Amino acid sequence: MTSPHTAIIELDDVTKSFVVYRRNGRVRRVRTEIEAVSHLTLSVADGELLGYIGPNGAGKSTTVKMLTGILVPTSGSLRVAGVDPQRRRVDLARRIGVVFGQRTQLWWDLPLRDSFDLLRHVYRVPAADHRGRLDAFVEMLDMGPFLDTPVRQLSLGQRMRGDLCAALLHDPRILYLDEPTIGLDVVSKARVREFLAGVNRDRGVTIILTSHDLTDVERLCSRLVVIDRGRVIADGTVESIKDTFGSHRTVVVDLEEAAPPLSVPLAEVVKVDGPRQWLRFGRADTTASEVIDAVVRQARIRDLTVEEPDIDDVVTRIYTAGD
Amino acid sequence: MYVHLVRARVRSDWQYRTSFVLFTLSVTLVTLLDFLAIAVIFSNIPRLAGWSLAEVAFLYGVAGVAFALGDTFVSQVEYVARHVKQGTFDRFLVRPVGPLLQICADEFAFRRAGKLVQSGAILVGAMVAVHGAWTPGRLLATAATVLTGSVIFSEIWVITSSIAFWTVDTQEVANSFTYGGNYMSQYPLDVFGPWLRRLAIGVVPIAFVAYLPSLWILDKNDSIGLPAWLSFAAPAVAALLLVPARLLWRTGIRRYRSTGS
Repeated sequence: MTSPHTAIIELDDVTKSFVVYRRNGRVRRVRTEIEAVSHLTLSVADGELLGYIGPNGAGKSTTVKMLTGILVPTSGSLRVAGVDPQRRRVDLARRIGVVFGQRTQLWWDLPLRDSFDLLRHVYRVPAADHRGRLDAFVEMLDMGPFLDTPVRQLSLGQRMRGDLCAALLHDPRILYLDEPTIGLDVVSKARVREFLAGVNRDRGVTIILTSHDLTDVERLCSRLVVIDRGRVIADGTVESIKDTFGSHRTVVVDLEEAAPPLSVPLAEVVKVDGPRQWLRFGRADTTASEVIDAVVRQARIRDLTVEEPDIDDVVTRIYTAGD
Repeated sequence: MYVHLVRARVRSDWQYRTSFVLFTLSVTLVTLLDFLAIAVIFSNIPRLAGWSLAEVAFLYGVAGVAFALGDTFVSQVEYVARHVKQGTFDRFLVRPVGPLLQICADEFAFRRAGKLVQSGAILVGAMVAVHGAWTPGRLLATAATVLTGSVIFSEIWVITSSIAFWTVDTQEVANSFTYGGNYMSQYPLDVFGPWLRRLAIGVVPIAFVAYLPSLWILDKNDSIGLPAWLSFAAPAVAALLLVPARLLWRTGIRRYRSTGS
């Protein structure tokens, strides 16, 4: 990996395996070892905004938990902000912020404002610094109207904004977000994305974001790491990954009348629906205009569109390629 | 920091006032019934293994206050089982403060302090009723015994709670050591069989909470024939027990597996 910045997170051949006991018959249990993360080598530059994606159980959360010091790797070496996260967990905690999308860090029965105040004491942030940052975040996240509402009465979107603020009040260098937009509506998602982009740009916070939601990742992250079954299977910019794995485009034609699948050199009809046909072709093999040319020679076209691969398809293809 | 966290918890709990009041009432009732059981024994026999009612009440008071102190400030550590099970233990690990302190502060329950008042009242009453001179040395020894006793209980709490990192659902085991230990420490050790006695001295050092120090404080003869210096060994035992408590807690955290996503 060539990067002009220094690496703030480095994983070198990291493996984390869990021992699972499976029931076999009535009493006997079979001991199996499962590698949640397998020989992972990865380096993240200071100030990067990294999308870390993969299907359920791919090892995303396990990686994040090792980076925070919650979990101890089975083998390999791990450095975050220059230290071993597990051994220096308490020190490191001041320099990182964590948001677990499905679990709040806030005090359930207290007003949001009180949670922020408690965190100030937990992290020993000077009152003036705290005040300044809190004011900024309250404005950016528009939290003014519900700052005095007990956390248990907040909507999911409001609580997530509260959690984001809570994770950033001690001015961490690194922010880990595990599924931060899970369950949020479109407007809240967009707001969270906008906020994260701002935090990364203006404060230089390195952000690692795991998500199922590829729109999040595509719009936000400069770099994408795709993992499956504990291994990195793709690493690069969104565009480069699209190029590598999403090398197909599709021409959708609406014919004057229904017809049998067309025969076009170097393209393949992948779907027929009445008069509408989908022709997929490799970018390297031919061009959209050649495909359209060939179609026009065989049938009359009413309408046509060219579909770019979307990141969802790309990732689906990456996962299935691994099988 | 600790004070702020505790205050936050008390404020949270204050939103459920009725439950607070009911709990305090039930604790008072249980403590009184508990003590009544001892009084009933003494209504049938004048002495129990050579101990008068006032002397047993002294044991009860010392053990009760020690237990209540541990119960108020440290017993919350048993919630670690629930946090491990639900995966919420993570949040203690990503903050720049030791997880033990955080969990004890975060789960602080003011209502538990109620037992402190009742046990304290019984202790003072027993001290008045017991014949004998309360020299400054004996008063000091009583205070020290209560403190070391609460440390021993706390350590047992930490040890039994640490088991949660290995197997989930250990509450019952933990309770049998802590609540069971509290119960046992209220009686003269002589009333138990030799097997339980050895356990209370050598394994789970409950005998050091009240009985052994009280032998000296109340100037009693021990019918078992234990060496006299054991009466002064409680602080050393408390210090020694810190080793396994720390070790288990730390190893447990290293072993912590968290839960999926």
